[in-house]
Parts: sequence; C-alpha cells; structure tokens
Amino acid sequence: METAVQGVFLILGLITVGCVLLITVYLILSGVPAIWQIGLFDFLLGSTWASTAAEPSYGILPFILTSVYGTAGAILFGVPVGFLTAVYLAKLAPPKIKVVVEAAVSLLAGIPSVVYGLVGMLVLVPGIRRLFRIPDGASLLAAIIVLAIMILPSIVKVSVTALEAVPKEYEDASLALGATPVETYFRVSVPAAKSGIAAAAVLGVGRAIGEAMAVMMVSGNVANMPSLFQSVRFLTTAVASEMSYSSPGSLQRQALFSIALVLYLFILLINAALNFFLKRNKEG
Amino acid sequence: MGSDSISAKRKFHIGAMGLLIALSVALTCGLTLFLIGYILASGLPHVTWEFLTTSPSILFGRIGILPDIMNTIHIIMATLLVVLPLGVGAAVYLTEYASNQRLVAVIEYAAETLSGIPSIIYGLVGMLVFTGIFGTSLLAGALTLVIMNLPTIMRTTQESLKTVPQSYREGAFGLGAGKWRTIRTVVLPGCMDGILTGCILTVGRILGESAALLFTAGAAHKLFGLFDGLVNQGATLTVALYFYAKESGEFDVAFAIAAILMLLTVAINFTAALVGWWFKKRRSL
Repeated sequence: METAVQGVFLILGLITVGCVLLITVYLILSGVPAIWQIGLFDFLLGSTWASTAAEPSYGILPFILTSVYGTAGAILFGVPVGFLTAVYLAKLAPPKIKVVVEAAVSLLAGIPSVVYGLVGMLVLVPGIRRLFRIPDGASLLAAIIVLAIMILPSIVKVSVTALEAVPKEYEDASLALGATPVETYFRVSVPAAKSGIAAAAVLGVGRAIGEAMAVMMVSGNVANMPSLFQSVRFLTTAVASEMSYSSPGSLQRQALFSIALVLYLFILLINAALNFFLKRNKEG
Repeated sequence: MGSDSISAKRKFHIGAMGLLIALSVALTCGLTLFLIGYILASGLPHVTWEFLTTSPSILFGRIGILPDIMNTIHIIMATLLVVLPLGVGAAVYLTEYASNQRLVAVIEYAAETLSGIPSIIYGLVGMLVFTGIFGTSLLAGALTLVIMNLPTIMRTTQESLKTVPQSYREGAFGLGAGKWRTIRTVVLPGCMDGILTGCILTVGRILGESAALLFTAGAAHKLFGLFDGLVNQGATLTVALYFYAKESGEFDVAFAIAAILMLLTVAINFTAALVGWWFKKRRSL
C-alpha cells in the first residue's frame, strides 16, 4: 500500500516535467519543418512578412525587432516607476497606507489583459492620435505604454520582497553613521537587494514579451518594421492574428508555429536569467 | 540632529529622490484609480438584468452574456477538478516523499519554466494536443488551463506544507500511523489554507485568461448545461469581451463585461486577503 501510494505521488510530481517536455517537443515538431523549408536565415532575418501574397514571403525580423523594442520600452518606463514604488512600500510607507497601496497593486495585477486592451483601444489610441497628430494612434508607442502598466505590479511585488529581505542591521549601521533614511535606502538597501531587483526586471521582460491580447488590441497589427508611431506586429500577435484563418497543414500555419518556437526560445532564455538572479538573491 | 549639518548637494539628492518616489507612487495609485473608475463608469450603466440573464439573439436584437457566464463557471469547475489533485499531489511528493535532491530540483525547475510560459503558447500547444482529441471545446480549454495553473497550485500548497510543524508528523508516526495515513489525516488538513489560496489564484487567472482559450475553447455564445457545455465550443467572459470589442465594435457590451470582470477581480482579491487573514488568526491561537 505505502509503496503504491508513493508511486502515485511520484507520478504526480513528474507531471510538471512531462508538461514541459510535451510543450517543448510539440513546438519543435511543428515549428521546425517550416524553418527548414523557408531557410533559417530567410526566416529569422527576412524583413518582409507576406504570408497571403501570391508569392509569399516569410521573414519574421519585423516581429522579433518589434517584440524586442516593445519590451525594452516597457521596461524603460515600468521598471523605474515600479522600483521607486517598491522602495516606498518596503521602507517608507506607514503601515496603513502600505496596505492600501499593496491592495491597489494586486488589483492592477488581477485586471484581465483584454480589459487593458479595451481601455487602451478607446483611451490611449485616440489620445496618441490627437497628441502627435498622426492618422492612426494604434502604434508601437501605445503597446509600450500598455505593457509598461501591465508589468508594473510584478515589478513592484518582486522588488518589495527583495527590499524587505535586506537585513535591518545594514540600514541601522548606515543611519547610525549619519546618513538620512532616503540616503540609506538608496545607497545601502538597494545595492544589497540588487539581485532581487534584477529578477523583477527580468520577470517584467518575460511578461512583456509574452503578452498577446492587450498588445493585439492597441498595436494596429500591420507587419511593419518597428517604428514608434507606426502600426506594428509582435511575435505573439503574429501568431494570434493569423492562426484563426490559416488553413491546417499550410506553410503559413507551419510558419506561425515556427514563430511560436522562436518566442518559446526567448522565454526559456529569460527563465534561465530569472533563475540565475533569484538564486543569487537567495545566496545573498 | 538638525538638517543644517547636511550639505546642499546631499539635500538636493535627498529631495530629488523623495520627489521621484512620490511621483511613482502617485502614478501607480492614480493609474489604478483611473482604470477602476473609468471601467466602472463606462460599463455599469450597461449592465442590466436582461443583459446578465439572456443569450444573445439577433431576432430580438439583444446581446446577453448568460452563456458566457456559464461557460466561465464551467471551465473554472472543470479546471479545478483536474488541477487540484495533480498540483496538491505534486506538492506532497516534493515536500513529504522526495529524497533525491536532484529530482526535486528538476521538478521545481520545470514548474518555474511552466509559470513563465506565455498564455499564447499554452493556447497553441493546447490547440495541437487537446483539440486534436476533444475538438475545439471547453474541455480542451480547461485542460490547457490545467497545465497553465499547475505551478500555482503546486507552489501555494508546497509553501503551506512547509509550515505544518514536523512535530505533528512525528506525533502521528509515534501513534503508529503509516506515512500515507499521516499525510491524509494530519498533513493535508493542516495545509488547507495553501490549497484554498491556490484555488482562489487559479480562479482569478482563469477569469482573466483569453489568449490560451481563443484557439482551444472557441467563441460560441450558446447556452448549455455543464456536461453538454464541456464538449461544445464556448467563449468565456474575457474571450467574449475581446470579440465584442475587436471584431464587432460593440464597445458598450465590452465595457459592461469589463465592469463585471473588474468587480469579480476585486471580490477575488478581497477573498484571498480574507482567507489569508483568517488562517493566520487561527494558526496563532
């Protein structure tokens, strides 16, 4: 009986490993044929995507660059704001305010991405169009702003955890030497928590690069090379927008799976980086 | 100590940092307030009793979201039913049984990898694996969500298992209970808070999920019972919101759904906080 139960639990424990293998194998099996057929260089470095043209062209460089620029932009806005909010929450806020702001942050984290997309579509996109006097506000900029807001909660949460783990003695020593609280937090606590804060940024990168629905609703979805005020298409939205009308078995659909494979490789790299920083944070 | 003893340069630095912090906090809170206010103000006026309790009908020219609500409930139930035993079981294995540290590291790394994979990729794999077997259906969507939420349930259960005192287990062993009996009667009841928190988080995530369901559960708005519903296509609230906003331009309907989702999110966050607080209080007794 006991060994049987232990066996069952072992199988349950191995299910996660099985899932990761399943996802990896399926993505490789369905993603590689199209890359093979198109050619790795033409696929990754080709700058035109015209999957439905008479002479189709499958270059995903625009998507890769859009995803990279979009994520970088979101990090550029999201990380400083999230990090400073985290410093306030972890070190400066009175307990009552802390509870309220933390509730607000977790609410922000719980808002579904399509709701972000909806508000972005009706508030942000027209706003950008009017502010910059361009014909259509659905652009890389709109996507960057939406992504920056969406990654804010995870950055705040992970940074707060890292900052709260800084030993109180460090701060006391700095205060005793005559540094003011704000100086102490930025010169002592933040450097001590830097691996955790780096982990927060990497987590933000992962969230931003993987977001599909909100971005699809505000970025216009045309396969241009990325430019701040132009309609663009991300790796995620490239998959999502053509999947529903591509016919099964066609090169177009296979190429969509190849895009997903590229995205998956990005995510695996980001996960490895995240683990590296989290481990270093734990070791102090 | 008077602030006179601080140099002007330091004062500037302190002031600037203080200002930046204040701006950031104001931005975070302001954004949250704006989003809640804007969504509720644009959505709630369109939420009527008829809207909540009917199916869409071209004949009567009305849009109702009852099927979408039911689909959401069905998919949540189906997902929890499958993911709970799997996730709790995996957590029990990791904390109670596993003796091979390398295997534990592999399983935990796999769980972390799973929690970092974006939902669009889950959607694609779900489409390849589950819709191949069950067709585009709520069941295929639910199974996709199972893989997605497995790490959440695992982590919350595991954390809670670690807080069950070792002496409880020793007490049970001392009274002659076997390992399985100890887990069933002593350890698992002691980690109910973690399991419950995991469930609440999962419900919240399913409620907000759209990309993983788009290609697995479909977009139909027909009303079914639980078992018919699971084998048929159906849009959850978020997927319905997406189609109403992006494909048919029905922004009033989209905002009404957004307002409902918003209220549900608030309710879920509140419940999670309440559960955490209640168990903490009970534990400190």
